[in-house]
Amino acid sequence: MSWTDVIAVDRLTVDRGVAALVDGDAVAVFRLGNDDIVAIDHVDPFTGVGVLARGLVGSVGDRDVVVSPLHKQRFDLRTGECLDDPTRSVRTWSVSVADGTVRVAPPTPQRESAA
Amino acid sequence: MSAEHTRHLLVVGNGMVGQRFVDEFVAADVDGTWSVTVVGEEPRPAYDRVALSSWFDGRTELDLRLVSDRLLDGDRVDYRLGVRVEHLDTSDRVARLDDGAAISYDEVVIATGSSPFVPPIPGHDLRGTFVYRTLDDLEAIKHWAETNGRTSGIVIGGGLLGLEAANALRNLGLDVDVVEMAPYPMPQQLGEGGGRMLARWVASLGVRLHCGVTSDRFVADDDGAVRALRLADGRELPTDLVVFSAGVRPRDELARASGIEVGERGGIVVDDTLRTTHSNVWAIGEVALHRGRVYGLVAPGYEMARVVAQQLTGDDAIYEGSDLSTKLKLLGVDVACFGRANAHGDGVDEIVYHDPIGKIFRRLVLDEATGALIGGALVGDTSGYELLTAITLGRAVQPDDLPAYVLPSAVRPPDEGALPDAVQLCSCNAVSVGAIREAIGDGCAKLGDLKDTTGAGTSCGGCVPALTTLLRNELTAAGVEVSNALCEHFDHSRQQLFDLVRFHRYSTWAEVVANHGSGNGCEICRPTVASILASLSNGYILGGDQVTLQDTNDLHLANMQRDGTYSVVPRVPGGEITPDQLIALGQIAKDYDLYTKITGGQRIDLFGARLQDLPAIWQRVIDAGMESGHAYGKALRTVKSCVGSTWCRYGVQDSVGMAILLERRYRGLRSPHKVKMGVSGCTRECAEAQSKDVGVIATEQGWNLYVCGNGGRSPRHADLLASDLTDDELVRAIDRFLMFYIRTADRLQRTSSWFDELDGGLDHLRAVVFDDVLGIAGELEDDMRRHIDTYECEWKATLDDPERLAHFVEFVNAPDATTVPAKVEIRGQRVPA
Repeated sequence: MSWTDVIAVDRLTVDRGVAALVDGDAVAVFRLGNDDIVAIDHVDPFTGVGVLARGLVGSVGDRDVVVSPLHKQRFDLRTGECLDDPTRSVRTWSVSVADGTVRVAPPTPQRESAA
Repeated sequence: MSAEHTRHLLVVGNGMVGQRFVDEFVAADVDGTWSVTVVGEEPRPAYDRVALSSWFDGRTELDLRLVSDRLLDGDRVDYRLGVRVEHLDTSDRVARLDDGAAISYDEVVIATGSSPFVPPIPGHDLRGTFVYRTLDDLEAIKHWAETNGRTSGIVIGGGLLGLEAANALRNLGLDVDVVEMAPYPMPQQLGEGGGRMLARWVASLGVRLHCGVTSDRFVADDDGAVRALRLADGRELPTDLVVFSAGVRPRDELARASGIEVGERGGIVVDDTLRTTHSNVWAIGEVALHRGRVYGLVAPGYEMARVVAQQLTGDDAIYEGSDLSTKLKLLGVDVACFGRANAHGDGVDEIVYHDPIGKIFRRLVLDEATGALIGGALVGDTSGYELLTAITLGRAVQPDDLPAYVLPSAVRPPDEGALPDAVQLCSCNAVSVGAIREAIGDGCAKLGDLKDTTGAGTSCGGCVPALTTLLRNELTAAGVEVSNALCEHFDHSRQQLFDLVRFHRYSTWAEVVANHGSGNGCEICRPTVASILASLSNGYILGGDQVTLQDTNDLHLANMQRDGTYSVVPRVPGGEITPDQLIALGQIAKDYDLYTKITGGQRIDLFGARLQDLPAIWQRVIDAGMESGHAYGKALRTVKSCVGSTWCRYGVQDSVGMAILLERRYRGLRSPHKVKMGVSGCTRECAEAQSKDVGVIATEQGWNLYVCGNGGRSPRHADLLASDLTDDELVRAIDRFLMFYIRTADRLQRTSSWFDELDGGLDHLRAVVFDDVLGIAGELEDDMRRHIDTYECEWKATLDDPERLAHFVEFVNAPDATTVPAKVEIRGQRVPA
């Protein structure tokens, strides 16, 4: 697995996201309230525009979600499912922290091509 | 389209009833069998005479108009206004008009209404004497009253219309005397107890009421204008103006000229089908004499209109007379009567509540033998009117605790009894309780939806309190929990959260959610809390954990567009901008390849800015002397202005100066939804202020303040809150109004829909803003003062904060990388592909 450095952990704001380039793909990285760090595609599958890192973070029941800033669809930050349209989803990316730096790697098994 | 019409209908008269008939008829004649011609004597199409006085409050002819543009401009109905029908040849079925035209008809409906009766008091035709019936009358009264130092007026007649006219004169700033022959006002409708209580109200409102006196003659000055009224008891009342309101007479001259039978005291005789003595001629409204009775109210006229429309389009219908129960506001006083309101003497019992301090009188009239409710009069508190009327009409069962209903609502136990379906709740639009129940059953859970769906409460608004109660009772009865919960994370309404934050002085999201919420918030509650925190503390909206609450636009202080780029809108207060600032904006747009467009709010929108370019763009905007326009926020947007007295030949005040003052005062003020304002320098209203949340229109004396207007999806004409305010009075009123709205509105609720659901409507709003009935005016002003004192431009604050600036980057690990949205060129600029 090849990791890409993204940002220092202490520069991440809890309940907000940042966008990063990983192997040419745009990835949205979020730090949650329990200090979990998660990553999903940055590109909103409904519009094809890279905006998800700028969405609001919240919860639906016990699921952590981000809300697309364009048309408000909610995505599960841990599974990538869209809560408002089961036919759409985003990919989740692997995250690790080393020496205070957040690193992201492509999902395994190797990602399918996004539509 | 006339080719397909086989029959021709002529409607004589275009008043409220005549127009209602046309509306009913056109709706019922679905096949277009008929062509329709309307002849009206007044030059203007039908307007709402019941609301005539509101013309003095700033409502225009257009606001009062009852004829839709579709009808007026279309070819379905031929409107011929400003002409009169002088004769009907009922055998050949031809109408002769006073302009010489002749119109053939198959059927003709006479709806010519009535005219004011002017008693033959000597001097009744002096200059300065008027009647109160048409918009022309009102214009003449206003013109006369506002000419050189006229200060007093007399109304002859203390009935419903007389008191209405008295109120209008009072609003024109005149001292008003009302002269009534009866010993107290409205003896027929209210009886002695009710009439005398109404007299107390009238006196308390500064109108001098002289009852039980007759007029002897009017005294003229040297110019032949009225100077005084001499009473029969020898007293003389000086006056500059007289309005006669001593009853009306049916306009039956067309019937008389055409040989159609009229009653001894006037009125065209009709039977229960509303046909006159001549075939193919019908009469409806105040001109019709039905079973020996002429009705002077609009509701019976509407019933007649429906009955005739149904018969002409093939349905059986008859008219058997109308119930005269009525509920209305006279000089702002609630008054109602129903059934045999004034029955006295043998065979009649009564239950009476008489409170001279609260000025409330309520009398229930019972049949002595059976104890059945047969009528009543209510003054100062008309609660229970709908149910009491229904009982009287036999449409509701008389409750065992009827005596409790004589008490005013403030001291009566809550009304648990349900109104039966047959009860008519809104008499203006004939909406029954049953129809409202059905709408609630179909999912109308909000007052605004209910009004839209059923039409109830949309005309005079008198039934809105009853409508609100019915809605609440129905939802509770249906087991629908009336939930104010904002979302799954908060059980509170926005207003409750606002009060909690204000009381506990919270300044962070963490405090609010830990103490009052659950979970981790969402796209509904986070921005709501952000807005409340911003309204109350005015701190930097991206400070502390507030950064996690802001919607996309607020987060980057710019409006995200569909391709993920942003638009930039600097503030241009009042629409005033210097040439240098224009050049600076043009140069910025060129340097960053931004599409430019003038907005509806008199400023300039620059589209297509990349996230990482926003700080540099804003730095240049600020260097050019401008600041954030808050186009991205639920906040004050713009104060649109016309050029006003600075340049305009017609301007009477400095509208640009006032607009700039207001825009600077309220800039950055976070609110439940966006807020727009407008200031016009004269009544031509070029700034379209009456379509704004707050609209200000200059008068010779100061400023008129309009509130709760809206453009957009649901246009709403603003309501006049107050007239002729000084600068200071205006600003104080807006301070209080805005903060009251911010405190009490729901999330994403514009002032117009907030107003629609506001208990007590315009009167209540006035009482809060000007009379401080809630005792919160001081708090509202303090909250606004805090906002004004601590305002700073958010973009300036952001540019001064390196940590914030770090967030204006597209990819944190590749500062130089950027996505390039596809663009195409149209009309010389580049837009998203």
